[in-house]
Amino acid sequence: MTGPDLGPAEIAALRRRFPDSFRPAWRGRLLGGLALAGLLALAGYALVRLDVSPARLLAGLGRLGEFSLLMLPPETGGRAWAFLQALAETLGIAFIGTLTAALLAFPVAFLAARNVVPNPFVHFAVRRGLDVMRSVDVLIWALIWINVVGLGPFAGALAIACADFGALGKLFSEAVETADAKAGEGVAASGGTALHRVRFGLIPAVLPVLGSQVLYFFESNTRSATIIGIVGAGGIGQYLSELIRVLELRQVAFLILMILVTVALIDAVSGRLRRALIGGAAR
Amino acid sequence: MPERITPLPPDRAAALAGAYEAAIAATRRRTWAGLAGLVVLTGLAAWAAEVRPWVLATHLGRFTDYIVQILPPLTLANLPGDLADWYWGGPKWLGLLGETLLMAYLGTLLGGIGGFLLCFSAAANVAGSRTACILVRRGLEVCRTVPEIVFALIFVIAFGLGPMVGVLALAIHTTGALGKLFAEVVENIDMKPVESLTAAGAGRIEILRFAVLPQVLSNFASYGLLRFEINVRGAGVMGFVGAGGIGQELLVAIRNFYYADVSAILVLIILTVMAIDLGTERLRHGLLGGLR
Repeated sequence: MTGPDLGPAEIAALRRRFPDSFRPAWRGRLLGGLALAGLLALAGYALVRLDVSPARLLAGLGRLGEFSLLMLPPETGGRAWAFLQALAETLGIAFIGTLTAALLAFPVAFLAARNVVPNPFVHFAVRRGLDVMRSVDVLIWALIWINVVGLGPFAGALAIACADFGALGKLFSEAVETADAKAGEGVAASGGTALHRVRFGLIPAVLPVLGSQVLYFFESNTRSATIIGIVGAGGIGQYLSELIRVLELRQVAFLILMILVTVALIDAVSGRLRRALIGGAAR
Repeated sequence: MPERITPLPPDRAAALAGAYEAAIAATRRRTWAGLAGLVVLTGLAAWAAEVRPWVLATHLGRFTDYIVQILPPLTLANLPGDLADWYWGGPKWLGLLGETLLMAYLGTLLGGIGGFLLCFSAAANVAGSRTACILVRRGLEVCRTVPEIVFALIFVIAFGLGPMVGVLALAIHTTGALGKLFAEVVENIDMKPVESLTAAGAGRIEILRFAVLPQVLSNFASYGLLRFEINVRGAGVMGFVGAGGIGQELLVAIRNFYYADVSAILVLIILTVMAIDLGTERLRHGLLGGLR
């Protein structure tokens, strides 16, 4: 099948009938150009202010090239067992931190959800509190907790728990707010109390979503747990920062490879679990 | 007229009830098995992470003490003077905060450009070749799995101290993270415009420009803004390893127990992060809502 044949006369007629479609969109282009110019100007200012100079960049890149040669081949330096222990510690920190955060965030999320606690002051206060916890980075939390429980992985686990309590609380409360209200209305209509409504109307609907979010955070926390050792809060980061400082680059390469493999494994396992959770219950 | 429901014959009712009980029992068993597995894993993890709840219990007082100690010495009688004392380093800290924001901005921009250039090769539906697709994906994975602080640690030795290192570390990590997200967006596009442009004889660049780009641009911008928000937080701690920004001042204040300074800098960081969160959230809603 061929389309209608358009001669020059018909095209001219179409041009007359739909002038807007044939005119270049000057206004959009102008706005886009202005936005782009603004972004680039800010980038230029940032380049000057942060003194990024091509000379420094080139010199550094040269040294970086030397480093990457020094990284080969990766070797353990006879400390494979210590590295493995540190890796297990890292995973432990991530697991305990995520679990604690999830357990703390679960009840708080209902307080922060508009459809459970209608009082605007309560959920505003809870939300802002969660925001404050969330805005402080894991490394800062680790420094604070080291003052309390001393150096070591426990401080790291507490740091991850605090930072993620804020993030998970926010995500959980959003999941609770977007849950289907009909099940809860059904429970209320058959005489359930507010607590029944939450237990039988809301929790079964949101649990798979929450579970998959927790797994996702566990994945990302395995990555964060590898760095909190930099400030002395346990895990593989301690070795990593030490070995980088003394330029034992072949061992550094081994550690990085170890982290890459572990993170890929965790991602694969938890990705499968997440798909099982979401696919099994939410559909 | 109400219809009478004839009850099931007792043996069938019993069979159905039995099947129901069995199904419920199977679900219960699965739940208990899952919980038991979780408890075992928790025990192992707690052992590995040297969790000592009693230490926390005995020293929890120190946490509250610490919070109380870092609270600024403000009195109602002399509020302006106390505030000025609390923020004695105000101009310097604001300058460093600006530096932190610029680091996050430049890191996000450079990383976004990197992710944009690589994402089309990493998306299975528009990638040129299968091997390039796999290679680019693995490369992006390495970039985003190695935390930006680790890049910063290595770069500080290669490039010397300073905010440039932070920008580069953020940019590389962002390239990895955004490249993956962008590629996923590209994989979810409607393929019809691509097919029609291919049929009309367009080259690869033209296809990407006129068939793919209009579909993905708003999502790209939204992910870029989200990443900016994350990078502001990341840039705040770059100073811990000497890579510029306000982190260095905070580290010095915490390590040397300059209590009032800790709270002053923390409040600055928290307010900035919250403001950026709200701003980008509004912008993103505008972007996604306006074009849908």
